[in-house]
Amino acid sequence: MSDQPSDQSKSITEAPLVIEMRNIVKRFPGVLANDRVDFELRRGEIHALLGENGAGKSTLMNVLAGLYRQDSGTILVNGKAVDFFSPRDAIQFGIGMVHQHFMLVPTQTVTENILLGLDEPRFLMRLPYYDKVIEDLGDRFGLKVDPCAKIWQLSVGEQQRVELLKMLYRGAEVLIMDEPTAVLAPVEIEGLIKTLRSMVAEGKSVIFISHKLQEVMAISDRVTVLRKGKVTASGLLTSQSSRQELAHQMVGRDVVFQMNKPAQQPGDVVLSVENIHAENDKGLPALRGVSLNVRAGEILGLAGVAGNGQSELAQVISGLRKCSEGTVTLSGEEICNHPALFAIKRGLAYVPEDRTHVGTSPNLSVTDNVIMKKYRLPPIGRGWVVDMPAATKFAKELREAYEIVVPNVETPVRLLSGGNLQRVILAREISGEPVFMLAMQPTRGLDVGAIEGVHRLLLAQRSAGAAILLVSEELEELMSLSDRIVVIYEGRIMGEVQTADLETIGLMMTGTPLEQIQKQGAAQNG
Amino acid sequence: MGDIASTPAASNRKRLPFRIKMEPRLQVPPKWFPAAVSAGAIVVALVLGGILISLVGGDPFRSYAHIARASFGNLGVFSDTIVKATPLILVGLACSVAFRMKLWNIGAEGQFFLGAFGASAVILTPLLPADAPRWLFILTCSIAGMACGALWAFIPGYLKARLNVNEIITTLMMNYIAIAFVNFFIFAVWTEGGFQMSRMFPKNAWLPRLTDFSAVSPIFRGLTTHLGLILGLVAAVIVWFIMYRSRWGYEIRLIGDNPRAARYAGIDIARNTILVMMFSGALAGLGGVSEITGVVHRLQGAISPGYGFTGIIVAWLAKLNPFGVVVVSILFGALILAGREIQPSGVPKLIQGFILVCLVASDFLLRYRIRVVRQGEED
Repeated sequence: MSDQPSDQSKSITEAPLVIEMRNIVKRFPGVLANDRVDFELRRGEIHALLGENGAGKSTLMNVLAGLYRQDSGTILVNGKAVDFFSPRDAIQFGIGMVHQHFMLVPTQTVTENILLGLDEPRFLMRLPYYDKVIEDLGDRFGLKVDPCAKIWQLSVGEQQRVELLKMLYRGAEVLIMDEPTAVLAPVEIEGLIKTLRSMVAEGKSVIFISHKLQEVMAISDRVTVLRKGKVTASGLLTSQSSRQELAHQMVGRDVVFQMNKPAQQPGDVVLSVENIHAENDKGLPALRGVSLNVRAGEILGLAGVAGNGQSELAQVISGLRKCSEGTVTLSGEEICNHPALFAIKRGLAYVPEDRTHVGTSPNLSVTDNVIMKKYRLPPIGRGWVVDMPAATKFAKELREAYEIVVPNVETPVRLLSGGNLQRVILAREISGEPVFMLAMQPTRGLDVGAIEGVHRLLLAQRSAGAAILLVSEELEELMSLSDRIVVIYEGRIMGEVQTADLETIGLMMTGTPLEQIQKQGAAQNG
Repeated sequence: MGDIASTPAASNRKRLPFRIKMEPRLQVPPKWFPAAVSAGAIVVALVLGGILISLVGGDPFRSYAHIARASFGNLGVFSDTIVKATPLILVGLACSVAFRMKLWNIGAEGQFFLGAFGASAVILTPLLPADAPRWLFILTCSIAGMACGALWAFIPGYLKARLNVNEIITTLMMNYIAIAFVNFFIFAVWTEGGFQMSRMFPKNAWLPRLTDFSAVSPIFRGLTTHLGLILGLVAAVIVWFIMYRSRWGYEIRLIGDNPRAARYAGIDIARNTILVMMFSGALAGLGGVSEITGVVHRLQGAISPGYGFTGIIVAWLAKLNPFGVVVVSILFGALILAGREIQPSGVPKLIQGFILVCLVASDFLLRYRIRVVRQGEED
């Protein structure tokens, strides 16, 4: 350890080392993912691994979890050199990883998933017995989940608990969590933090991969920062480092947290949603009378914890989901319950939250992906023919204008990084000169530089007079970009605020209508 | 590297002086690469087949030379190869069109029979008099056959589009219905004196063959290659154009790769499911027309030794590329023909199997690259 801090956090800095990674090098074709990385983990600490997307955090931890093999370098567990060839080897040494994308069988129960791949039970499943064991284990660490429930019935937060239980059941002493909060609602995040705390209290250690400063500050004892495959800060005590400092280590420059948006008078209402009711995929009510409107040249932010009806609302507006009641009008024309093409033809642009499964077609080329909404119209669509030279020319123009990093436009988009993929989608949607743009989580999972780019593009659209509905879980993003913010909770709009007031928005996101908050405020004052 | 092997298994693995690494390709390989890999796979298959032939006491070089002679050796046998390849081209195209949209049409065999039935109906009902001009016969037979194939495929297409019925099951089962349906006409309606075949078609209804032009040049004498080949080649060009240059083809490719993205882009998937199924059925039906008016010249039971199913393999081996279908069909035509020359069954089928396995396995090389890393060597 380069810098031994003062006695303030003695218990952490003096705890025995559980993991030592020395000089880890991991190379992928064309990328040096880990460049002589050192990493140390002590017993009983939550150690955050901070870095932008592509900094090499996940790679390093996949090496530790036995999923990848380092090209060179050594790993020591409790002082002994080890050599992992599979996650099975790693778990034998008590190292378990919870991945960002869960590895669970949806049609099986919690218990069955946890027992999967183990030597015990040998022949008979004896589920009732193991159900009890799992339940007890859950109680011990505050991981409440019904062991008999099938995975598909569980929320994402519960599924994450199952993954944690799986590792704990296998006797994990070191838990690696790959961006565990990316999929969780704020309330669930609190629960997760409590669980992690109770685990370290029992002498386990946690490695916490994240690119969110706020979380790292809130959760971790120590931080190691990676940038472009190299360690830039090693084992800093979180309590002694500032947010600005960590941000600097992470991106190598000071990050501006606020965007300047020019003052602008919004125009006429472009999109109007009136009393929309709709069901989710399971047939349960997801939207219960949502109304909102977006005017030309303004950004309306839609805040809310994920899963409160944002996805369904976006699908209703874009014509991908039927609504049972209510109307949606675009420039005065009803678009609800029409095929998706209807709204597209009337100038709706939609940046879907799921880039790889909805927003792009992975095995088709960049060209094929950018003409997705243009192939019907001249100059690309001529009669029943697609003019390929025109399409290629169009794709090349977009590649220039939106700085899409790709060797040529014939490359299938599955080979593109997340940030580049999002640029492909934004390029396609913006180039249609939309009158209304629906942007769902446009910056999720992107690194700081890419986020800035997306924000600039959205503000440019606003200046160009488009009406924009921005759906995001990042409150900071909403507050710096939006002209107005509405909050959705369980399919209802809780209220609208002009000025950013974190506390009020937080209360609305957890289900208190604005009127009630104002009433209480008035009562307290009076 | 100073790391200590920790498990016995690990230490065993360590002893090899090199490691073989498989890495996903992050760049698109050059254009010639897929063709080179396929050619390499065929060579490997032939080597494997050769080893096996010598193991059973044969001479692989003589066997292969014989196969080559028997399928490409002179104009006559090459013509026979082409005759075998013709129905495979059309059926292979039918499968490639549907598979491109990930619509698993296993019913090309049935659609092929329905195509043959459609053409026969025009001739035997008879819708056209026996002395009608040849071009009119070709035109009406083709249209009738394609329409019958398309209608036959419409049923599973419609069920898939409206009720999400699994098309693999429906198309497969409808093969048997199609054969039984055609048999009914062979045995009951159009039977010739109680035999299980119809009467011979009038000469005017035959597709022109090269041998018909032996008056023009004696080279053509005895060559049975018929107009169906031209139909197949034209169809391949049309299919290529539709797939890669038309709006419809773009929609098909988009739905095939990512149906959710297609829906998001405003494409009507149900409509395309029905249309693509019918297009596929029409191509298979045309295959039936070509075979029955070009080769068999009467409606009978044994018009297809499973062309519809071989078409599935042809489409896959061609990687769904229409021109690839033509090449693979000729290769298969040669194997069917020459195989019978060296042995009625067994070795030729085996070589087919080797080629199939090697070609399918070689696909891996297009997605991954293999590197040998020597011990101690930094990579």
